[in-house]
Amino acid sequence: MIVIVDYEAGNLTSVAAATAAAGFPARISSDPADIATAERLIFPGVGAAASAMHHLRRLGLVEPLRAAVASGKPFLGICLGFQILFEHSDEDGGVDLLGLFRGRVVRFPDGMTEAGQGPLKVPHMGWSRVEFTRSMPLRDGLPADSEFYFVHSYYPEPEPSAVCATAVYGRRFAAGVACGNVIGFQFHPEKSGRPGLQLLRNFCTWTPA
Amino acid sequence: MLSKRIIPCLDVRDGRTTKGVRFKDNVDIGDPVEMARYYYDQGADELVFYDITASAEGRGIMIEVVRQVARCIFIPFSVGGGLNSLEAMRAVLLAGAEKVSLNSGAVANPDLLRQGAAAFGRQCVVLGMDVLRVGASAAIPSGYEVVTHGGRRRTGLDALRWARQAEALGAGEICLNSIDADGTCEGYELTLTRLIATGVGIPVIASGGAGRPEHLAEVLTTAAADAALVASMTHFGGVTIGQLKGYLHERGVKVRMTW
Repeated sequence: MIVIVDYEAGNLTSVAAATAAAGFPARISSDPADIATAERLIFPGVGAAASAMHHLRRLGLVEPLRAAVASGKPFLGICLGFQILFEHSDEDGGVDLLGLFRGRVVRFPDGMTEAGQGPLKVPHMGWSRVEFTRSMPLRDGLPADSEFYFVHSYYPEPEPSAVCATAVYGRRFAAGVACGNVIGFQFHPEKSGRPGLQLLRNFCTWTPA
Repeated sequence: MLSKRIIPCLDVRDGRTTKGVRFKDNVDIGDPVEMARYYYDQGADELVFYDITASAEGRGIMIEVVRQVARCIFIPFSVGGGLNSLEAMRAVLLAGAEKVSLNSGAVANPDLLRQGAAAFGRQCVVLGMDVLRVGASAAIPSGYEVVTHGGRRRTGLDALRWARQAEALGAGEICLNSIDADGTCEGYELTLTRLIATGVGIPVIASGGAGRPEHLAEVLTTAAADAALVASMTHFGGVTIGQLKGYLHERGVKVRMTW
C-alpha cells in the first residue's frame, strides 16, 4: 500500500488523483499505523513550515515518519514535504525541521534578476526546466527538457553530494535531493503533466539500492 | 528560468462551457471536463474556470465539474465566479482546484483576500480584476477603473491602487481582464497590462482580446505579463495551444515545449 501522509498542510486530492492516473492508487492517511505498514510513503505539503511542524507534532507523526525513513522504505517528499526533511527553515522567524537531510531552507531574496528579466517575482511560481544531475531510476522516461510546476518562496541548501536535480530562478537551486531510500522534490509532480506522472510512476516502482 | 504560461479560460454556466463577447451573447461550446482534457493534451500550462452560473443549483454542478476535472488533468487550475466566502473557497479547493479567483467578492469584502491567504496560503488566492478604461481623473489617477458584474457596475476603485492593495492583503496572483478588449480578438490591452504587471510584485495574467499569436508575443514581452489567457482564438478551433507555443518559442519567448 502507498500512503500519502495527511498532516493538514494543504489539499492532497491532486496528489492522490495523480498517483491513481499513474497507475498506483494510494491511501490518504494521518494514522501512524498506516505509516508504519505502508510499502512506500508520499509526503506532500503546501503552506508554512511552522504550522506544518505544529500539525506533525500534534498528530504524533514525527516519530512514525522517522521510523519509516529508517526502515528503508521508499519515501518521497514534495514541496513543503521536501523542505521539512531538512534541519532548519528561515521561514516564520526560524523553524526547526525533521533533520533527515542536512542543510537549511532559505528564502529567495527580493530583487533577483535573470538575463533580460527582472526584478524576478517571489514566489517562484510556474514551470521551470529541471536538470537531473545524476543518473537514477526516477528519471527513466523523462524527456531531457522536461519542465515541472513550482510554487515556492523558500528553497533548501543541501550538501552538494545529496543534490539530484537543479533548477534556475535567479540562481541555481536544489530542486531535488536523494539519499538512500529518501527522495524529495521542490516542484509538484502531481501538477506537472505527463513528466510529473512519469516521475510518480517511477517512484511507485522504485526499489532503493 | 520561468516559462511564460498560456492559460485557456473556460466560462461555465450550468455545467456547460460558453463564450460570449463583452460578457454578452453566450454560445454553448461544450462539456468543460472534455475541454479541460482537450487543452491539457494540447500543452496548456494551466486552466481557468469561471462559473458564470447565477443559481445555487448551478454552484453544486460547478463543484462536481471541478471534482471531475481534478481527476483527469494534472496541471494547476483555478476556479472563480461568485466566490464570496471562505466556505465557498474551501469547497472549490477541496474539490481539487489549485487556486481560487476572487473578483466581485473581494471588492465587496477585501478582507476575504487576507482570510483566504491565511487559511490556504497566498499561492491559492488569485485576484480577478475586470477593468474599464475611463480616462485619468482625481479619483482614478491611472485612468483605469475596476468594474464588477460583468462590467455593468463601476466601483470607483483605481485599478493600480486596488491591485496593490490586494497584493498587500494576500493575493498571490492577479488575473487582469480588460473589459474594453474582452472578446474582440483585436489584442490585449497592453498599456493596462504593463501598468499592473510592473506595478505589483506578484504574477499577472493578461486577459481579454487575444485573437492572433502576435497578441500573445506582445503582451508577454513588451507588456511584461507573466501569463496570457486565451479563449475565443483557441475555443473555436482556429489555433491550438501547441501552435501558439511554437510561434512564441520561435520568437524567443520562453514557453514550455514538452508535455
